[in-house]
Amino acid sequence: MNRSSTWITKAAAVFTKDLRCELRTRYSLTTLAMFAFTTLVVVSFSVGQGGLSPRVQAALFWIIVFFSAMSSLAGAFVKEEDTGTAQTLRLYASAPVVYAGKLLFNMLLLFLLSLLVTPLYIIFMNITQVNWAILAAVIALGVVGLAGATTIIGAIVAQAGVRGALLAVLSFPVLLPLLVLAINGTTAAFDMSGWTNAIDSIRLLAAYGVIMITASSVLFEFIWNG
Amino acid sequence: MAIRLSVENISKSFGARKVITDLSFTIAAPGALGIIGRNGSGKTTLLKLLCHLYRPTRGQIEMMRDDNEIKREDFFYHIKMVSPELALYQMLTGLENLRFFATVSGVEFSRPVLEETLDRVGLTGRGNDRVETYSAGMKQRLKYALSLLTSPPVLLLDEPTANLDDTGRKIAFEIMRQQREKRILVIATNEPEDLQNIEQIINLDN
Repeated sequence: MNRSSTWITKAAAVFTKDLRCELRTRYSLTTLAMFAFTTLVVVSFSVGQGGLSPRVQAALFWIIVFFSAMSSLAGAFVKEEDTGTAQTLRLYASAPVVYAGKLLFNMLLLFLLSLLVTPLYIIFMNITQVNWAILAAVIALGVVGLAGATTIIGAIVAQAGVRGALLAVLSFPVLLPLLVLAINGTTAAFDMSGWTNAIDSIRLLAAYGVIMITASSVLFEFIWNG
Repeated sequence: MAIRLSVENISKSFGARKVITDLSFTIAAPGALGIIGRNGSGKTTLLKLLCHLYRPTRGQIEMMRDDNEIKREDFFYHIKMVSPELALYQMLTGLENLRFFATVSGVEFSRPVLEETLDRVGLTGRGNDRVETYSAGMKQRLKYALSLLTSPPVLLLDEPTANLDDTGRKIAFEIMRQQREKRILVIATNEPEDLQNIEQIINLDN
């Protein structure tokens, strides 16, 4: 039996398959975009012109990203279980390949989400000064950590009989450190206090992402194969 | 490459309900095993245990290649299953499904090979249609195409002729013949016709 495909080719195949299915149904993209846009509009209309402090602005930004992510990121695994394709996938692909493909797909969704939310949030909340380099670094690392955590928790949730709001409930304690760090880093981007105030948060965000993805890739095999 | 599948005293329960109790058998390549039993007797459960989709409550399942045990994480390279319970991706075309599963299982292929495989199962000209537009019989044929493409040392068939018309049944019987002549074939069925030329049969009602 030929096993010529590399590990990366196989993970890329899982990613491409998910992307292709998503582009044909647009289920996750529509849910993410609608949830993010609705929350963004509600937040900006209610408190957008209120002269909020950079810290509150940063907190509201990450609340929007967090709950938008919760609205659809578990879908990557739940859909596989619900449609019966998860068992077929288990017969053909190794667990690390599936994890890597799903992680990349969730990262892409979150990057698209932040590309949509960030400029609109800055416009709607009337934020006039932004350190773009800090903001980009915090969002990029925040997205990696968020995708790492939601992918593994999504896999756990997909195995549960009663799912409901399980992803948000399980994710909250795991993601709390990431959210606090991301809010601190984003505050530094909004109050223009510079890299000195942001660097610790950025380093810890990077460490969080590395730890979360490493631990998840080890644990995933036990979750996926039951 | 001599493949052997050994089942030793396996039991499987779902909660308080025992489905399989203390079952043992061994099958070596080339060879075939039939599994029969009334509905709910555990035929599909046994197949899922064999390919490690379920874990046995007790006992163990081993696959040996030339007297070396195949590790659990490598099991899926060696065993595949065709079953009405295993779904394909509805939003992908037949060719995309074949390409995806062949890639993730590390099988080398080219577009002509994929198309030739579809031809062999009677899906000529339908490869670019989404699976959601396929009938149940066509989906079953596509699953056979997948098994042909990966040519696994152990092939498990659950209700192998379910949903198939006469032509589809002929294709399925040909795949079964080729598999049992070179490798290991395990069939779970209640159709006597599916078990032709299979000497080793386990009745789960007993």
